[in-house]
Amino acid sequence: MTAIQVPPLAPTGTLLRLATAGSVDDGKSTLVGRLLHDTKQVFADQLDAVERVSRERGFDGADLALLTDGLRAEREQGITIDVAYRYFATPKRRFILADTPGHVQYTRNMVTGASTAQLAVVLVDARHGVVEQTKRHAAVAALLKVPHVVLAVNKMDLVDYQESVFAPIADEFAAYTRALGVPDVTAIPISALAGDNVVDPSNHMDWYAGPTLLEHLENVDVDHDPQFCAARLPVQYVLRPQSAEFRDYRGYAGQVTAGAFRPGDEVLVLPSGKRTTIAGIDRLGDVDVDVAYAPQSVTLRLADEVDISRGDVIVAADRAPRVTQDVVATVCHIADRPLRAGDRVLLRHGTATVKAIVRSLDSTLNLETLRRDPGPQALHANDIGQVTLRTAVALPLDDYADHRRTGSFLLIDDADGTTLTAGMVGVPLGSED
Amino acid sequence: MTIVETFEPSPLRLSHLDALESEAVHIFREAAAEFERPVLLFSGGKDSIVMLHLAMKAFWPAKVPFGLLHVDTGHNFPEVLAYRDRTVAEHGLRLEVAKVQDYIDDGRLRERPDGTRNPLQTVPLLDAINQHRFDAVFGGGRRDEEKARAKERVFSLRDEFGQWDPRRQRPELWSLYNGKHRPGEHVRVFPLSNWTELDVWQYIEQEKIELPGIYFAHQRAVFGRGGMWLTAGEWGGPKDGEPVELRSVRYRTVGDMSCTGAVDSTAATLQEIIAEIAASTLTERGATRADDKLSEAAMEDRKREGYF
Ligand SMILES: Nc1nc2c(ncn2[C@@H]2O[C@H](COP(=O)(O)OP(=O)(O)O)[C@@H](O)[C@H]2O)c(=O)[nH]1
Repeated sequence: MTAIQVPPLAPTGTLLRLATAGSVDDGKSTLVGRLLHDTKQVFADQLDAVERVSRERGFDGADLALLTDGLRAEREQGITIDVAYRYFATPKRRFILADTPGHVQYTRNMVTGASTAQLAVVLVDARHGVVEQTKRHAAVAALLKVPHVVLAVNKMDLVDYQESVFAPIADEFAAYTRALGVPDVTAIPISALAGDNVVDPSNHMDWYAGPTLLEHLENVDVDHDPQFCAARLPVQYVLRPQSAEFRDYRGYAGQVTAGAFRPGDEVLVLPSGKRTTIAGIDRLGDVDVDVAYAPQSVTLRLADEVDISRGDVIVAADRAPRVTQDVVATVCHIADRPLRAGDRVLLRHGTATVKAIVRSLDSTLNLETLRRDPGPQALHANDIGQVTLRTAVALPLDDYADHRRTGSFLLIDDADGTTLTAGMVGVPLGSED
Repeated sequence: MTIVETFEPSPLRLSHLDALESEAVHIFREAAAEFERPVLLFSGGKDSIVMLHLAMKAFWPAKVPFGLLHVDTGHNFPEVLAYRDRTVAEHGLRLEVAKVQDYIDDGRLRERPDGTRNPLQTVPLLDAINQHRFDAVFGGGRRDEEKARAKERVFSLRDEFGQWDPRRQRPELWSLYNGKHRPGEHVRVFPLSNWTELDVWQYIEQEKIELPGIYFAHQRAVFGRGGMWLTAGEWGGPKDGEPVELRSVRYRTVGDMSCTGAVDSTAATLQEIIAEIAASTLTERGATRADDKLSEAAMEDRKREGYF
């Protein structure tokens, strides 16, 4: 049995959220299993079970794909394919991995996984290179504005670890993703099965001088410097203790979704547009802190008595979003029931929920060719499309390209609460021809 | 020039614990705002203690705007019950207790052959939810606990029988949680979804949260069964051939005392516990919960039934 070593601690590391995508059989389960195993996240009893089942199935050694075989089991049973979350850590970082299925009928799951990801790992089989599915995975990452994309060229052991196989695949992918506007793309040659360049460096690819996949995940600079982003805080809850000690306390609780607030900053409360200044900031019981920055949950106190409730957004006064009832957006349709022009829905943006009507369905986007087809009759589950909406109340809408949290929304069925559609304000991808 | 690698978070960069804390607080505030009658499941175990700590931070300086619910198996660690009652009194909280024992006494539930009561919590829990018309129930479940939970939502919709239907679960994008539900349905809310066991312990240390003493190594009379150390009690004790011995042990989870096992340990401080967990080779549940060993699919089954 494999010896278990002490897993490293990550007490003060930062958090990285990543998503994986790959076509069936490219080796995604094996890769995720390898990451968990080689970072010592797998416990003895789990590994025993995996080794037992591997033997029963006649596998040579431990089939690490079994550690994460949930999705495969679902595929075989034909039940809902879903996003599964995995956790691993090194002394530098804690990782939250959204494991998503790759096939076209699961685009909504990939979109879900990518929505919170700071980095996406796209897997290809070295023998097949960049295929249509790969382009779709790259397009989803670009559409959701995942800032960092890694191409893992897997099964290098099956092509004799040759640079001449890897280099053209890496070049083709880099060109494609740059055209999509992905700011950072890195290609890494790996063998998930043999363990080359996943956690441990490979002995078979002297020609490759770059980092292993894990080294890259540990070191990639994912920090948006909050200093340079326009500050946003959707108000979640108004805190009014009305106790003897805090008789006049009135605080606006929420998570800073972008940028930073400091006492004295001038802010606008949207959609009303009232202007005031920040009188003080409390952070979960720490009174009067100097700064609140994304993604901290904090409580803002304001200088003036303004009427503020859940659903309002507090923003930096000099860099406010537009406030509008007309929304042009790119959406991914999620629900099994289709979306049609004229549908009356609820729109959830930040902490606000308002009535909305689907004015028009303007086009659908083919994620493999990036072609837009105008005038769809309906959007079906997994379709990506451009829509125009009208809301009953004006909303402070950022462009998704600038603000993922305040540029995104959901459409919800008012009757039974089903989440229908995920939306991104603006039209980031594709061309009509 | 020497490049100094530093892993300390810069002033405007959150450590992973602070990022997880902010995420959990965001979830608490969302649920408190979106639901009319939320309640927090509170057993006096470490996860529920961390949950209460986060809830108090989320709404400071106001009071936590919901009460606590304890589904009591009747097989309790006395230290844990004392901790529960002290906490409730100290913070002026509301506590409802749903007792498995009441159901056994009047025949609505029957004792299982193996004597464990964790699976019997489902019915009293669902009855309490119906009786008090709770529409959101905060639970300490984490996705890292085992396979069936890896796909659980932060807002998990339950039908009027408390059941979890995979087809009705909603994709959760960005941090937009959809709490809409029909009358009679409720939503389980899991603020610790993205935490691991190690995160919970590290957070307890960072926040200096007090825990019941059974989490720390102590001398206890135990007997071995099924690879675990169990304590004798009124519900039963060692059978023939199960000698009782005094050992230095601690508990990693608390629940039904009759089937919750202690692990050999000399870890008497949080730091020692964290070091021990980091080096441990058994998952938390695998090591200490007899009922989870019954079947690999046990958790999946109980989730569908409306167990936590
Ligand atoms: N030779 C080789 N086979 C691999 C590698 N990675 C995965 N495989 C095999 O490819 C098949 C599909 O892998 P799996 O991880 O299940 O793919 P998934 O469908 O993408 O999750 C399995 O038989 C794996 O053992 C690799 O790096 N080299």
